[in-house]
Amino acid sequence: MADEPLLDVVALRKEFGAHVAVDDVSFQIAEGGSLAIVGESGSGKTTIAKMITGLLTPTSGTIRACGHDRSKPAKGAAERRRRGGEVQIVFQDPYSSLDPRQSGAAAIEEVLALHRGGTSAARASRVAELGSLVGLDDRQLHALPRALSGGQRQRVAIARALAAAPRLLILDESVAALDVSIQAQVLNLLADVRAETGVSYLLISHDLAVVRQITDDVIVMRNGQVVERGATRDVLDAPQHEYTQLLRSSVPAPGWTPTRRA
Amino acid sequence: MSAIELDPGVVGPVPATRKWRGVPGLRGTGVAGHLSALVLAIAGFVAVFGNMLAPHDPDLTNLSYAFVGPQPGHPLGFDSQGRDLFSRILAGARSSLLGPTAVVVLAMLVGTFLAVATAWKGGRFDRWVSAGLDVLFAFPAIVLAIIVSVIVQPSLLSATIALSIAYTPYIARVLRSAALRERARDYIAALEVQGLRAWIICVRHLGRNLVPLIVAQGAVLFGYAMVDLAAISFLGLGVRPPQADWGVMVSTGQSGVLQGYPLESLSAGVCIIAVVIAVNILGERLTERANSVSR
Amino acid sequence: MSDALLELRQVTVRLPISGEQRTVLHDVSFHIRPGEALGLVGESGSGKSMTARAVARLLPPGADSTGTVYFAGNDVAALKGAAMRSFRAEVAMVFQDPRAHINPVRTIGDFMTEALRTNHDVSRSDAAKRAVSLLAEVGIADGQRRLEQYPHELSGGLLQRVMIASALLTEPKLLLADEPTTALDVTTQSDVMAILDELRRERGMSLLFITHDLELAGAVCDRTAVMYAGQLVEERTSSALHDDPLHPYTAGLVGARPRIDGDVVRLAAIPGRPRSAFEAPAGCAFSDRCVHVVDECRASRPSLEPLDGGSVRCHRAVELRGTLQEGVAHG
Repeated sequence: MADEPLLDVVALRKEFGAHVAVDDVSFQIAEGGSLAIVGESGSGKTTIAKMITGLLTPTSGTIRACGHDRSKPAKGAAERRRRGGEVQIVFQDPYSSLDPRQSGAAAIEEVLALHRGGTSAARASRVAELGSLVGLDDRQLHALPRALSGGQRQRVAIARALAAAPRLLILDESVAALDVSIQAQVLNLLADVRAETGVSYLLISHDLAVVRQITDDVIVMRNGQVVERGATRDVLDAPQHEYTQLLRSSVPAPGWTPTRRA
Repeated sequence: MSAIELDPGVVGPVPATRKWRGVPGLRGTGVAGHLSALVLAIAGFVAVFGNMLAPHDPDLTNLSYAFVGPQPGHPLGFDSQGRDLFSRILAGARSSLLGPTAVVVLAMLVGTFLAVATAWKGGRFDRWVSAGLDVLFAFPAIVLAIIVSVIVQPSLLSATIALSIAYTPYIARVLRSAALRERARDYIAALEVQGLRAWIICVRHLGRNLVPLIVAQGAVLFGYAMVDLAAISFLGLGVRPPQADWGVMVSTGQSGVLQGYPLESLSAGVCIIAVVIAVNILGERLTERANSVSR
Repeated sequence: MSDALLELRQVTVRLPISGEQRTVLHDVSFHIRPGEALGLVGESGSGKSMTARAVARLLPPGADSTGTVYFAGNDVAALKGAAMRSFRAEVAMVFQDPRAHINPVRTIGDFMTEALRTNHDVSRSDAAKRAVSLLAEVGIADGQRRLEQYPHELSGGLLQRVMIASALLTEPKLLLADEPTTALDVTTQSDVMAILDELRRERGMSLLFITHDLELAGAVCDRTAVMYAGQLVEERTSSALHDDPLHPYTAGLVGARPRIDGDVVRLAAIPGRPRSAFEAPAGCAFSDRCVHVVDECRASRPSLEPLDGGSVRCHRAVELRGTLQEGVAHG
């Protein structure tokens, strides 16, 4: 069992009618590892995240996480709950990822009650623990989302995802909508969380600098297919595929000038 | 990105505006909203306690007093059967308001359930149910009332059932759009990934976020129900005389109007109009507030 | 500043928020010469978008503004009628989300030629010819076909290029671009920015480029200005701003971005979060987040002072000069 990867995706394929969104994609994440899926719009990266979490069903191919197959929809509430305890997700839009009528503390508590039961006192203390793990104080935890900024909402979303004690956390462009200074705080936070809890990350992003900051490995996707893969550092320092080279050379940096394609 | 790209706010004390912002629950509805709520509160109070408040027996006839005008102790005078009009107005509040309330409760319950179910399941279920509701939507409320009263004896109950059936598609349609919008938000997907059961998500999360809109639509519906019920009673297919009911009184007061004694129809009519206007204003303000709630 | 095309002098704007008038822009002053490109960089609440709207006279209803905006020497607020229409032709604006700024039920051709036909009395066929030639300049070859299409038939990148082409139709002297590429893929962004840059230089057009991306502004603009909490805090040539920042906030922004070409174990994150003008503390707006703060910073608001070929709004600017670069250890 120790040899089996935490996440094992083989020949994954998704079709929407005649359009192939994901075409024969395979990759693995080892326990404690971190992988990024990089691509632009239409690359299929978000579709893959949705299939892994069960929000979409693959047309063909297999997904195994934590030793269990999840290529088909869960049968029954118990299995769905178990899967929720293995893989969790944090979405991109901080303004849509929280129930507007629920405080952060209530949202986290609900997840704890679902997965761990226990007494309400035990849950309350775990809520406080998770809050301090993500850098939220008591007042912020008990406030409604509308009183919180984008960065604070994302912290709540991260805490809520971690409440299920997942082994894999999918970050679907989770920092893309944040201000630069807040993004830095959340990136540092994600590094701390990983160091403290040993959770693995699957980062979906279009931002190569963020990818380098958080992940050890990367796969580059374009139009549903994987065009390059490898260690993040290597792929970014010496991209082999022309699309990866194009992506790399499109990133603004001091001394960079934009170039026309056609 | 909206035109005003400001941070949504700090947690903690933001300097509050000094002016009084209204009764809790009615904040944001303005002066008109508060006044309307007051009118409705009075009407509700009378509906509950009307019979006890009435100074005289609303059903006591005395033909020698027929059409006599306002007297001390009888502020509105008497109707064609010599019954005290003021007492009849007070007593009539109950059935006039009970009917619409029942219609609203029934239509909202069924309509909300259908809206959330179709928004959640989508696909064929949604298509079939929506098609069925569209067919029902094509029938005006009055026509449905006539059909139902042919099957069952005309009464307040038959009229109530007919109207509930007539209004359900409207509610279902309005709430379905809101439910679809809510369903598409990431927090619902996050809860699905957590493994929370579908019906729990629908009730505890989706449903709760629809409550402001449900309340607002309910208020609007009340007004329509009141007018339609009064019209149905006027036609003789709902409440029937000699029961005290504002709609009935508008109808039976017709003979008085022709003879130059309009007070029965007029007073009952004014009561209906006042309640309907109040409910419309309040409903509109609540809907505006529901739609502008910050997220 | 007689040779400036655009000049803002102490522009302050208040907006009605939650029933009260709150300051969103405070004492904003800068100028752009003909043919020059200025980048305006900031985070949420910095007021950068509001500045563009103040220039274009597109402030939201209920806005209350003081200070003056001069365009080609004229006070923009005083323009009326024909002068106003001519102003609109000379100052064009491109927004972040093209789909929100184009009528979905009219064709691209209608959208592009409407202003020309109604305000400038150009015939339909002439306007269409100009539209097609401009579409070619932004890299859209089959312009005639595109004119007959509807917005939903075009991708985001294509539509943004259409917006740029359409902004250039009236031969403006100044282009205001509010985050024009933020919603686009990074390869499309590079493409669109290259087009914008090329066309600007060809036409000698001035550009006010608003973005949250400091590096992007630096790549396309001669000078960059950084805004925080509704105020301008630093303004210099783009390379100097990035390599040798004078203001602690600018240094913070530079340090907060992860590196694509190197490994940083921990990002130098600025504590706290960006504020709007009305949420900022008394004294220096950045004082509650600055690692170099001293008592003077909390006591009084610094003014914008010239330094090293640019300007900076910081009490300790002269003292901190040269120490805020990346790699130099600080707090």
